[in-house]
Amino acid sequence: MNFVLLALSLIFVIIPLVLSKTLNLGLEKDSVIATIRSIIQLLAVGYILQFVFDAENYFYIFLMIALMIGAAVQNARKKGVSIKGITWKLVVTFVFIEVLTQGILLGLNITPATAQYIIPISGMVIGNSMVLSILFLNRFTSELDSREDETELILSLGGTPKQAIHRPLIASIQASTIPTIESQKTIGLVQLPGMMSGQIIAGADPLQAVMFQLLIIFLLLTTAVVTSVILGFLSYPTLFNERMQLVLPGKK
Amino acid sequence: MMTKDTQAAIQFSHVTFKSGEQEILHDITGWFPRNRITTLVGPSGAGKTTLFRLCNGLISPTSGDIYIDDRKIESYDPVQLRRKVGIALQSATMVSGTVRYNLALPMELQGKELSDERAKELITVVGLDESFLERKAKDLSGGQRQKLSIARTLVNQPEILLLDEITSSLDRVSQQEIEELIVRINEKYGTTIMWITHNLRQALSIGDYTWVMMDGELVETGESSLLKNPQNPRVQTFVKGETE
Ligand SMILES: Nc1ncnc2c1ncn2[C@@H]1O[C@H](COP(=O)(O)OP(=O)(O)OP(=O)(O)O)[C@@H](O)[C@H]1O
Ligand SMILES: [Mg+2]
Repeated sequence: MNFVLLALSLIFVIIPLVLSKTLNLGLEKDSVIATIRSIIQLLAVGYILQFVFDAENYFYIFLMIALMIGAAVQNARKKGVSIKGITWKLVVTFVFIEVLTQGILLGLNITPATAQYIIPISGMVIGNSMVLSILFLNRFTSELDSREDETELILSLGGTPKQAIHRPLIASIQASTIPTIESQKTIGLVQLPGMMSGQIIAGADPLQAVMFQLLIIFLLLTTAVVTSVILGFLSYPTLFNERMQLVLPGKK
Repeated sequence: MMTKDTQAAIQFSHVTFKSGEQEILHDITGWFPRNRITTLVGPSGAGKTTLFRLCNGLISPTSGDIYIDDRKIESYDPVQLRRKVGIALQSATMVSGTVRYNLALPMELQGKELSDERAKELITVVGLDESFLERKAKDLSGGQRQKLSIARTLVNQPEILLLDEITSSLDRVSQQEIEELIVRINEKYGTTIMWITHNLRQALSIGDYTWVMMDGELVETGESSLLKNPQNPRVQTFVKGETE
């Protein structure tokens, strides 16, 4: 693939634009913005990756991962601003999941310790961890709201904050991880996973591509569950004061 | 009320509670006599439930002091306090699960089990059949939930019992059963009971003493008979409105 062919592929952007214009779908502006942003962002990433790969310097790898974590925290914290200290809780979560997954992968020599492996895998892990955090925080906030009476009932009967928060916490962990688990059940039946398709198109041996995809699936399973568990256990103590009273975010 | 032989189970000294800028309880000073039944009456929004939540430690006063058995409320471990001062919440909230599970909840929170005999005893004492134990708690009617809520509060065997409108959804016969039960508990165990009610007949017939609250203030307090002939003009209007 080269830039001429890539330019030709813009036909796929023009089709929806024409349709949108003639049928008044009002999608033109967003489509154009999306197209331009994806071109700029991905090309920039491409050049940065090229640079990091060529430099073969762990400092750049470290820097890239730090940037990814920073961006992920920035994105996810908007959803959990009402939880005290959510920023550093997200940082801890993402750093932990990154260290855990890379530690196992590199420690057991499952993947080589090169930028070519570390960066894309880290990207997928942190990206998924971010999505999971947002799902979890959304759910946790609404569970707390709808189960406030229950939480207070347990406190009133002499339960500890941990006991009082148990059900909303478990429900939120389940609800946020179920989509990951469910989508993995049908993977490959309807749609080939994006990464695997990409590898096959780029000429990789399909079996090799499948094995890598499986590795990613296993990683994402860990990511999903570990993310919501850590975030949950870091978050719930801030919802209570030292007198074991519920101090729900947003309320005084 | 101020006789020498009665001691305070709960005492309030200039207690104020604010939620944000809104003052919900204003400078409450008064007490609940030990081993007696005291009713709390007053219009909706007077702050009765808020007062109970303070006693059970679900919230803390913005200023002022609360004493439980002559000890500052802050000196109690919250868990111990909440077992000592049991509350049947106005909402009669249930967690999902069976009636038995809900009934056993206070024990489960201590890592213990509620024996089958005790479960059957408690459920029948509040006027529900044993067969209810295996039903889903969320399917119960409002009145049945109130009965279950009382039974559940009794599991911890509290020394002080706060009952927040526990008979509001009950028919006359069930109401009377619960009233008799509470009087029995008070007589048998000497449990101090505080009872929020909108029913002045109940306040007069059950309570030894009464508190009348309005707009976050304690406006009148004394023996229940004061409700027959209140001094405060606002209380007169309230009593007239409730009994008509
Ligand atoms: N957590 C809270 N935040 C803000 N306002 C509150 C809170 N809890 C209670 N209030 C307000 O405080 C006032 C007193 O409420 P409370 O529930 O104590 O009244 P009540 O006397 O029990 O009324 P009712 O007879 O209707 O149960 C009400 O105006 C209520 O809206
Ligand atoms: Mg109330």
